[in-house]
Amino acid sequence: MADVSLVLAWRNLWRHGRRTWLTIGAMIFSNTLLVFSISLQFGSYDMMIDNTLQAYSGHIQLQHARYLDEPKMRYALPDIDASAQTLRKELGLSSISARAVGFALASSHERSYGLQILGVDAEHEPLVSTLPGLVKQGRYLDPAAVEEIVIGSVLARNLKVGPGDELTFLGSGFDDSFAAGVVTVVGVFESGVADLDRSMAQVNLGYFQEIFAMQGHGHSIVIRAAHIDDVDQLMADISTLKPASDKLAIRHWDELQPGLRQAIQADMTSAWFMYLVLIVLVAFSVLNTQLMSVLERTREFGTMMALGLQPSRLARLVMLETALMTSVGLALGITLGCLITWYLSHVGFSYPGMEEMAVKFNLPDRMYPAISPVSLTLGPGIVAIGSLLASIYPATRLYLLLPIEAMRAA
Amino acid sequence: MQGFRLHFVMLLRLSWRNLWRNHRRTYIMLGAISVGVWAMIFMTALMRGMVDDMLNQGIHNLPGHIQIQHPAFLDDPSVVNSIAEPEGELLAALNQPGVKRWATRIKVPAVIASERESRGINLLGVEAEAEADITGLPAQVSEGRFLESNQDQGVVIGAKLAQRLETRLGKRVVVMSQDPDNNISERGFRVVGIYRAEMPGLEEYNVYAARDTLQKLLRIEGRVSQIVIVDQDYRDIESLYRRIEKVTPSTLEIKPWYEIDNYLAAMFNMMDGFVLVWVIIIFLALSFGLVNTLVMAVFERVREIGLIQALGMRPRLIVYQILLESLLLLLIGLAIGNGLAIITVKPLESGLDISMVAEGMAMMGASSMLYPNLTLHDMLLANSVVIILGILTSILPAWRAAHLDPVRALNST
Repeated sequence: MADVSLVLAWRNLWRHGRRTWLTIGAMIFSNTLLVFSISLQFGSYDMMIDNTLQAYSGHIQLQHARYLDEPKMRYALPDIDASAQTLRKELGLSSISARAVGFALASSHERSYGLQILGVDAEHEPLVSTLPGLVKQGRYLDPAAVEEIVIGSVLARNLKVGPGDELTFLGSGFDDSFAAGVVTVVGVFESGVADLDRSMAQVNLGYFQEIFAMQGHGHSIVIRAAHIDDVDQLMADISTLKPASDKLAIRHWDELQPGLRQAIQADMTSAWFMYLVLIVLVAFSVLNTQLMSVLERTREFGTMMALGLQPSRLARLVMLETALMTSVGLALGITLGCLITWYLSHVGFSYPGMEEMAVKFNLPDRMYPAISPVSLTLGPGIVAIGSLLASIYPATRLYLLLPIEAMRAA
Repeated sequence: MQGFRLHFVMLLRLSWRNLWRNHRRTYIMLGAISVGVWAMIFMTALMRGMVDDMLNQGIHNLPGHIQIQHPAFLDDPSVVNSIAEPEGELLAALNQPGVKRWATRIKVPAVIASERESRGINLLGVEAEAEADITGLPAQVSEGRFLESNQDQGVVIGAKLAQRLETRLGKRVVVMSQDPDNNISERGFRVVGIYRAEMPGLEEYNVYAARDTLQKLLRIEGRVSQIVIVDQDYRDIESLYRRIEKVTPSTLEIKPWYEIDNYLAAMFNMMDGFVLVWVIIIFLALSFGLVNTLVMAVFERVREIGLIQALGMRPRLIVYQILLESLLLLLIGLAIGNGLAIITVKPLESGLDISMVAEGMAMMGASSMLYPNLTLHDMLLANSVVIILGILTSILPAWRAAHLDPVRALNST
């Protein structure tokens, strides 16, 4: 029985080949566009998140509970180096690094600038942050050395210093004492993130703790997960090891970089508005086609009902026709979208003005869409659902059909 | 002429009546066109509003539409790279009508310290009464007051900076910077005002003091960092820019806003392209339905078309009649779509609160209120794309209808 319906539905579709193709054409157009733009969106979000988090903040940070809202010297964690070491051992993850953060006025022979000075564990820092790898002049910190500093490229230019030059810095320490030191610039990093390049410098954690009288304290333990999808699991593992308290908070990257998630949300919202409009337009197309095809078959349906077919059977037939049409549109749309996306994911994609935007969001200047099962099926899937919903109205009209009158219809 | 008018009236009546023979199909198609046109205009108004806001914020932050400064200043904003206050021809050009506002300002890196904390900041020395037109800052002062004169002895700081420094209105802070000879110069200031910026990031960095007070502190009497000029409209600064460029001494650098900030320029240039792409995509999605409708309308009337052809109606008139039918459909759809867009955008013009994603918007350079901007230009663009491309896509079905073989058409069932 099912076979008969299927054959019947398939043949019905091609009674008006041109109309069916036009409707399928609308589906293919929307599906291709959706596959491409959703893949592009996912690709650029992943890149935005990765590039931003890897540059500095990491996926998870352990901080004093008040530090996030009030990043002040005194909201610090005790014995930070040992805590980081314990975490590395217990989690079996080496990409965990301790940091301390201070503010200082740095002076070269010619210039003085305020900067953020970071005490880092030079051995583990390269595992949580891409900054050490972005040293363009000189080298990164030697874990054993003291009185060495690496600074951002804009800061280096403003201070007019390069590797080998000396800097003096002045700040206030953990116990409000006077903190001062003389360091040699060993490297200059260029991250492309304006804030970091303009105002950040790094020294070894041990040296930092000595100069700023930290007594073993530090401000954050930065953790980078092997993959962004592991973050939630890792958060759970950490909170069993080190339960949060009024002294300790475990911060997800969402909290560390709220702008990132929100920029993505804002972009998602406007993108989905556009997608929905496309989907609604396809649904209108399907509604039009199916309603016409039901109306022009009034006589035929009347005869079939007179022969004893239930209206529900006929309604199912109409839905089956839509489903077949949708499947063709789905298959062709996904294939075409996949081909275009696949091609662009290899050669990359760019448009005028993208480079300037890319810098702002830590993206490379060419975008590479990311094909995934979700990005391929999400848009077309919703188009298919929209099309099926649109043919409910034409299908329900069959229940209102009176066989005798229908058979007399023009 | 008489004949043409007669034809036209007849064709119009024919098309109109044909349109309503299958009213369900016409309603569905009108629904699709209205939704499509509404979406075109509504989305464009929102995006336009957002980009305008980003540009306004960005230009307020630069600040100004045109800047004149030492050639090395943008790269190295140090007190060393200062310039003399404008004089002679340049001063005369700045004072000409057409310049909405101009002012000199000082901008140097500095350190600000309260009893508890210290921070690196951007220290700005501004002309108090010009600031409203240049950065709009006086309107953002939420506590206390803005600077009252160029000799004012106070500073105005951001709310976030106040929180970081654990200071408040009326307290004293110490500002440290350096003079051109690399000596540290410092003095105490009273916090006379606290501002809340629409872009929270700025609150932490920009500290405002009076220009003359800073000149004295930094020992640069008669010198400033920048001359900033505000024109009537940032979109149209070319003529003013050229006029002032001519009289700017060659030792100085003059730049329009779009050369200072590439991101702003890119947003500005991309916007028109984005609108066009969006309008065309929606149109393409609509076009399938439009062609479908016309093909069906012709199909149902094959016999009838054959008959009127046999009776001597010229093929050209049949083409016109189908095109007219399509045009009528498009015009009604456009009218409804435009109406819907106006009705939905107008109530939002007082501002759409998107503070849920405020920090994300700040990342893009926009504030947390979105003011949709419905422009005549964008509406005309959307309408003309729909009409022109709509007629073009209708030509094929119309042409096919006109070239039916009358004998076969009459015999078809």
